[in-house]
Amino acid sequence: MKLFRFSSPATFYPLAGRLIPWFWGLALLLIALGLYWSFFETPDQLGGTNPQKAYYRIIFIHVPAAWMSMWLYLVLVFWSAVGLIFNTRLSFMMAHATAPTGAIFTLIALLTGSFWGRPSWGTWWDWDPRLTSELVLFFLYVGYGALHAAIDEPRRGDRACALLAIVGLVMVPIIFWSINCPDPNQCAALHQRSSLDRIEENILFAMLTMTLGFWMYSFATIFMRVRSLILLREAESTWVREMLERMK
Amino acid sequence: MWPVFLCILGRDIRLALRRRTDVLTTLFFFLIVVSLFPLGVGTEQQTLRLLGPGVVWVAALLASMLALERLFAADYADGTLEQMLLTPQPLFLVVLAKVAAHWVLTGLPLVLIAPLVGLQYHLSETAQFVMVLSLLLGTPVLSLIGAIGAALTLGLRGGGILLSLLILPLYIPVLVYGAGAVSVSDLGFSHTQPYFSLLGAFFLLALFLSPLAAAAALRISTE
Repeated sequence: MKLFRFSSPATFYPLAGRLIPWFWGLALLLIALGLYWSFFETPDQLGGTNPQKAYYRIIFIHVPAAWMSMWLYLVLVFWSAVGLIFNTRLSFMMAHATAPTGAIFTLIALLTGSFWGRPSWGTWWDWDPRLTSELVLFFLYVGYGALHAAIDEPRRGDRACALLAIVGLVMVPIIFWSINCPDPNQCAALHQRSSLDRIEENILFAMLTMTLGFWMYSFATIFMRVRSLILLREAESTWVREMLERMK
Repeated sequence: MWPVFLCILGRDIRLALRRRTDVLTTLFFFLIVVSLFPLGVGTEQQTLRLLGPGVVWVAALLASMLALERLFAADYADGTLEQMLLTPQPLFLVVLAKVAAHWVLTGLPLVLIAPLVGLQYHLSETAQFVMVLSLLLGTPVLSLIGAIGAALTLGLRGGGILLSLLILPLYIPVLVYGAGAVSVSDLGFSHTQPYFSLLGAFFLLALFLSPLAAAAALRISTE
């Protein structure tokens, strides 16, 4: 079947190698465009009566990073599930390769959120539901990485991490709900409305461009990491030896 | 099927009662942690009444988690676990029985000692009653979720500290609503009803899902 052609490390390794420069190029291009747009084409103030000054522009890093942090956790769980169902080694490697990039985006979202909170809320940290949820997501990434690091045997590590990721995904809605609504007596009033529907067009454009740039960056780093993982695990196989022979 | 459940439950409890210190250490850990807080934050009655529910619940989380490491470890070390995995009975039941034994040995003592701790924090009678009820509903959830982590970290170096990293974030919902119920009980008992509904829902969900996940984790860890 065509679909599974690249599920073999031996065929995926060269494919990823060919794709990486393209993803780097797209990432740099999109981030450059997004940064230009966010600095020069967007209004200098945000909001009506009590506007946020130019510091609000941290939104162009903060929001895309937060989106990517959540999206990459879904990607991680997707590859974990595929690995458990089809028993494909490469899927687990993809999941492992995704975790560090996801954790870094979570950390960036937390740090930039804190920098943004200082001028706009007057505090570095607030137990705001979104911030707290992001912190919990960071803990989940850290737990995944710690379990991966603790297990030497690849097969057990792959499957144990995959199971943990899936358990995490089942728990995530419950955890986030409990953070969003600590008092169930008044939950109906506590629904946070998305602020995207009344956003200025240039701001939205810059934010989406940055998100796409971050996404391409994720592809590039994940593929680089997965190539290292493939080499690490397949070092003894014939195709790696043959490839090294050819490189000499 | 039930004979298997009862047999393992009875066996685990009997084993623990032969080595009573294990049970007592968990209990005293809980008491010590709870008693340390007033020394750290000051002994003013109002502060303690405010902090009490959260402190008791966090201490319960930690105590339950510390004991988790022993959930499968001894059986894993002497090969009993492997025999349990080979039995024709569903692994689901075996895990459920072990979790039930873990709760009887670590969760239940905490529930029983909770009123005493409530006195230390000057909690009202309603609050103490709600605390006992919330612990009664919440600590089984802790044992159930914890079993997944214990199964995943079976036999790993640094298992205990790793277990806390994996499991503590998953305990957040139980902590939020367990401690929350005690906090709002001052407004009247009726206000705690949604909290108990949610804790009950967590318990039922965990009762169904977590033995499945823990059984899968055991198979991964021992293959």
